[in-house]
Amino acid sequence: MPSTTYLEAIREGLWEEMERDPNVFCIGEDIAEYGGAFKVTAGFLERFGTRRVVDTPISEAAIAGAAIGAGLMGLRPVAEMQFADFISCGFDQLVNFAAKCRYRWNAPVPIVVRAPSGGGIHGGPFHSQNPEMWFVRTPGLKVVCPATAYDAKGLIKAAIRDNDPVIFFEHKGLYRRIKDELPEEDYTVPIGKAKVVREGRDLSIVTYGAMVWTALEVADRLAAEEGASVEVVDLRTLMPLDRDTVCASARKTGKVLLVHEDTRTGGMAGELAATINEGAFEYLDGPILRVTAPDTPIPFSPPLEEAFLPNADKVLDKARWLYRY
Amino acid sequence: MNAVHATSADAQHAQEEGLRAELAHKFLYYMSLMREVEDRIERKLYRQGKVVGGVYVGRGQEAIPVGSALCAEPEDVMLPSHRDMAVFFIRGVSARRVLAQYMGRVDGLTRGRDGNMHMGDMKAGVVSIISALAATVPVAAGVALALRYQGKNGVAFSYFGDGATSRGDWHEGVNLATVQKLPVVFICNNNQYAYSTPLHMQMACANVADRGAAYNMPSEIVDGNDVFAVYEATRRAAAHARAGLGPYMLECKTFRMTGHSAHDAAHYVPKEMFEEWGKLDPIVRLEQRMLEESWAKRDDLDAAQAAVKAEVDDAVAFADRSPWPDPATLLENVYQNE
Repeated sequence: MPSTTYLEAIREGLWEEMERDPNVFCIGEDIAEYGGAFKVTAGFLERFGTRRVVDTPISEAAIAGAAIGAGLMGLRPVAEMQFADFISCGFDQLVNFAAKCRYRWNAPVPIVVRAPSGGGIHGGPFHSQNPEMWFVRTPGLKVVCPATAYDAKGLIKAAIRDNDPVIFFEHKGLYRRIKDELPEEDYTVPIGKAKVVREGRDLSIVTYGAMVWTALEVADRLAAEEGASVEVVDLRTLMPLDRDTVCASARKTGKVLLVHEDTRTGGMAGELAATINEGAFEYLDGPILRVTAPDTPIPFSPPLEEAFLPNADKVLDKARWLYRY
Repeated sequence: MNAVHATSADAQHAQEEGLRAELAHKFLYYMSLMREVEDRIERKLYRQGKVVGGVYVGRGQEAIPVGSALCAEPEDVMLPSHRDMAVFFIRGVSARRVLAQYMGRVDGLTRGRDGNMHMGDMKAGVVSIISALAATVPVAAGVALALRYQGKNGVAFSYFGDGATSRGDWHEGVNLATVQKLPVVFICNNNQYAYSTPLHMQMACANVADRGAAYNMPSEIVDGNDVFAVYEATRRAAAHARAGLGPYMLECKTFRMTGHSAHDAAHYVPKEMFEEWGKLDPIVRLEQRMLEESWAKRDDLDAAQAAVKAEVDDAVAFADRSPWPDPATLLENVYQNE
């Protein structure tokens, strides 16, 4: 079985859901003949036609709104934001309408909004952001951030089958960098479930998205350096948050390092720290620490972007300090 | 013309007259019901503290929702604005449930989760209003896309005011609908004020309909206070959309005979405008026409109004008896199965 990249995994998941369910269709900019800016929907037009692969004008509000309207009618649209950064143009539709429909008037909105996010590709301030927290703090939306090809495929399929609106953040830096052997058979990965991707006893690193790979590298290095046993928790879904898995890991190791590529203030780490205080405080043997991007826009020039992004060296420094604490 | 033909033409004419009379009675019922429910809300229940929060009425604009929504086929989907209450009645939502909605009770369409006209019911084919009205326009495009996708011959009726046409998402939605040739009827109630902002501060063109040309979308100006004119125009628009020719816009000229909401005295509106437009009240005009055409006698009209009042009395009593939502349900239904 050949290895499948993260990007191909998303593409496969989307393709299989369109084959499985005639109510699933794609809508977005440059997704049909061009196959999408990142080629996730390359070949879809030839297979599914213009009815199910709908190219739109440059109109993120219209894409989001039309997806919601079609979702209310019982279809299962998958909307593509060309870059996650542009989702702000469709923000009102998602946070003011889609998120509230079920709660307000009992109307399900089974849509998926795919949003290629993340830095490290020299995209600059308008093509590198991690805007997940805009949506995490909007009750009614689900927010998914897969780190592996396996999870990316399983989560896109779960998102399409889900009866609530799901914002699906796919990390651009992972698109072609990582691979998995994927099962032949149909599978999904449950939304709302974190995963312990590496078992450990001494310290937990809780993270998501591309930083899972950074955390795994740090776990290896700290084991080699100090003989530390590091646990790595991949959140996979940010909302609904799997607080049980996070607290269970904190209770087990007693030391927690939180890592995300998103900026610091109002980032996921703050919510996780409060969650651990509420659920595992008496088990802690050290302060909850975090490594995040600083509170700045994402800069373009390579030395600036490198300084901005968390990396293994930065995470290792904090992990070592906490391990020795 | 021989005698047989003359007789059948007469019969046809009589039949058409009968249908028009019947239609006029329907118009009158729904327009009067909307007027009475809204009067009761704004002038009684709101002042009594039984309706809290924002109250926005469509007094003087009733011909627009009534004339248009009565053209809709069962598979059409309505996206009303907050000044289109009659759309709900025409779609089978009772005055009882509308009043319970306004009073925050469990029998309202949102079970107390939202107030006033912020409600919808997909089973009735009515999409909930989005408070910032222009946002419903892209949603209408999506509804129309789904109708076509599903092989239905339905049309989306997308309602908004003049102010909504200033927003970017209005233009995005109209553009997508026209590019995709989607079956949408756009219905603007141009009541000349968006909150306190008059039309000339809202847009540099004279008519909302002028905006249609930029989208290659047929757009016509309609007397929004003449329910027959709204009805006929909507039939043309819906036929166009249903035939696969793309969206069609109606600009129904009218006037907001109140402030923006119950807490707004509208001191910024020149008094003469209220006087001038007051003479064009769509319900008064319809009643006059019904008398002139001998579709009804004054007694019939009085009886119809009395029946509406009785219906609203009952609806208010129902809503007043409807339970408050249980705070224990606060967390329910944010997501499925929670």
